[in-house]
Amino acid sequence: MLEIDNLTHVYGPGSPNEHRAIEGLKLSVAEGELLCIVGPSGCGKSTLLRSIAGLITPTGGEIRVEGELVRQTPGNLAVVFQDYSRSLFPWMSVADNVALPLRRRNMDKRQRREAAQEALESVGLEGAGRKYPFQLSGGMQQRVAIARALAYRPSLMLMDEPFGSVDAQTREDLEDLVLKVRGHHQMTIVLITHDIDESVYVGDRVVVLSKAPAHVVGDLRVDLPGPRDQITTREHPDFVHLRAEVGRLVRGVPAQATSA
Amino acid sequence: MIRTIVKRLWLVPVVLVAWELATTAAANPFFPPPMLIASRMYEMWFSGPFLLTEEAVDNFGPSLVRVVGSWGAAVVLGVGLGVALGRTAWLADYIDPLVEFGRAVPPPAMLPVFLVLFQMGTQVQVATIVFGIIWPILLNSIDGARNVDHLQTDTATVFGLPRHLRLFRIILPAASPKIFAGLRLSVSLALILMVISELKGSTDGIGYLLSVASSNADMPAIWAGVVVLGVLGYAFNSLFLLAERRVLTWHRGARGTA
Repeated sequence: MLEIDNLTHVYGPGSPNEHRAIEGLKLSVAEGELLCIVGPSGCGKSTLLRSIAGLITPTGGEIRVEGELVRQTPGNLAVVFQDYSRSLFPWMSVADNVALPLRRRNMDKRQRREAAQEALESVGLEGAGRKYPFQLSGGMQQRVAIARALAYRPSLMLMDEPFGSVDAQTREDLEDLVLKVRGHHQMTIVLITHDIDESVYVGDRVVVLSKAPAHVVGDLRVDLPGPRDQITTREHPDFVHLRAEVGRLVRGVPAQATSA
Repeated sequence: MIRTIVKRLWLVPVVLVAWELATTAAANPFFPPPMLIASRMYEMWFSGPFLLTEEAVDNFGPSLVRVVGSWGAAVVLGVGLGVALGRTAWLADYIDPLVEFGRAVPPPAMLPVFLVLFQMGTQVQVATIVFGIIWPILLNSIDGARNVDHLQTDTATVFGLPRHLRLFRIILPAASPKIFAGLRLSVSLALILMVISELKGSTDGIGYLLSVASSNADMPAIWAGVVVLGVLGYAFNSLFLLAERRVLTWHRGARGTA
């Protein structure tokens, strides 16, 4: 689905404030997988995401989405940004925000409206279509951004610290929302976060990046029993063990046990 | 509703009555009483078969056409050029000093140039108004288009929005608060430049009426012209604010909770 080979990105190469954000990063994501990427803040997670999304051209290496080399944003890819208040367009109603990207698809006005309504229903905002983003709470705005990505029906959804700007309760609701919608929509999700618990709770697999220049230092499969639940999953011994493992990797402490 | 109107406007009749009393008492020919000005306005402009007299059509028609037409042209030109420049980073850096200079030239200073170029008539007014008011529109459009949030353009890129949608649904709305700030300046400036250019380079219009009345020392006619210009300015500004409020509702809402 997604293949990243020997990815390197240097900001301002040759200049005195040259910054090596990513170096020799190798990663592959299978179809339908929900991969969480964690790493210390400032490690180049966002650079990685922007490279996959075709928003920047990495200085070295290759990214392939469904076998196609990424040169500009692939048509089957959607992004949910952290800062919903800036990525939603404040001059459009919620429904128009969700429906706008569908202008690219071969859909007439009525189909676009129906698809937007359906997506809003799937995030629990069926009554909010006529409102404007500023009339909604932060958590609801991020739901709109998720609905916009869902309506687009991407095969790969990138999420850049999507719950970094909401309160703890809302964050848990949104985590469960992502787990719910991925069941309904056949898609691969790559979720970037700096929250270790979140990565283990949401992910099928957690990849840990090093400090900048970023490369992969850990790759763990999350095999937690049953449907995830905010209370019981988080007290499960495997969860506790995994989050400790990821925590050590993020902090650069040598791992005690490896599981791949 | 009625109470707020009374509260806001009670001073107007008070001032009018005081002015009437003072000018009647002083009996100075240079300061005719408001009643005299009003009756002059009526007989000059509003006593025609269908309300307006031929003179009114002669005085107002050309002025209105010039000011509205020139403003429209300046808006299309200024916003179009400004957005194009604002979205072309390297070009805007070169253009900036030129725009700053153009803006610094006092708009009426160009009137003598246009008088020589076009002698008389509507070209003089159009050139003076457009050249005078395009700078604030241009400057604000450049600024607005240049400072569109990167996350908004990134979002448009990620979702593969075609160029025309990107322009009309993202760039223009995002720049509109800035653009409207420039337009607000241009509205009052357009009226000023219309009068100035008609005083000199015209054979009709309100400015021409003022200049004829001035050389005949016809004080009531001068004052009548002044009153009409005041009403016109007020009307333009109110219309503009109404439009701005409608277009920028989202902006005030978004800022209210930010």
